[in-house]
Amino acid sequence: MSMNRRDVLKASGGAAVYTALASMGFFAANPAMASWKKEWFETKSIADTLKAMGIGNAANSNDITITSPDIAENGAVVPVGVSSSLKNPQMVAVMVEKNPTMMAGFYEFTPAALADVSMRVKMGQSSDVYALVKADGKFFMAKKEIKVTLGGCGG
Amino acid sequence: MSSPMRIRAKVEGDVADVRVLMSHEMETGQRKASDGKLVPAWFIQDVTAALNGKTVMTAQWGPAVSKNPYLQFKVKGAKAGDKITVTWKDNKGESRTDEAAIA
Repeated sequence: MSMNRRDVLKASGGAAVYTALASMGFFAANPAMASWKKEWFETKSIADTLKAMGIGNAANSNDITITSPDIAENGAVVPVGVSSSLKNPQMVAVMVEKNPTMMAGFYEFTPAALADVSMRVKMGQSSDVYALVKADGKFFMAKKEIKVTLGGCGG
Repeated sequence: MSSPMRIRAKVEGDVADVRVLMSHEMETGQRKASDGKLVPAWFIQDVTAALNGKTVMTAQWGPAVSKNPYLQFKVKGAKAGDKITVTWKDNKGESRTDEAAIA
């Protein structure tokens, strides 16, 4: 009986503690890497996400382009590209509104990088996809609806 | 041990177009295995890209990034022969660094 309990603890608690520590940067192999911003990856709405990121307001912008199919056949692999012609880009974040956690990922640039990134994300269902861009210290946003015919979170 | 990344970098003008294919399961922590138990989350959290050893971009990912992640980004001021280095680190603390010369 006590063996069982130990096994359960090992399986669940151990992993959770490890994840928590890892997210605090406890096991950071490279000091240049910032600790993972766990709270940014826990929100479920665009308002909450902006709040977690400490952003008061993000203006809609036509200078942000989201490149993706309008209809994605396979929700497990949806190509999403974000580019922006805004001056002095510092960050691009990609968010999928109806995913269990909204934030898919964000990219921080030095002046040597262009605000032009592409990635592949999972989408559980059809959803608006938001691109948030920080440029010259200000925040801008654009969104695009992507329809998914087969969800990426089956199981 | 994880498989190497495939990195392709091509320069046009002074902008290098870098494409990276990583090999990783990217488990969300929401999926159930056949025995009904949740498969623990296992995904890349941090990605760093450097040009000739100088960091140009850092990224943080959540579990929504697809299995075997693909990443494309662009770097200014690059020329053929320059080195692009990409490092990832996952939530289990494992990491991998690979590099490629810009073509």
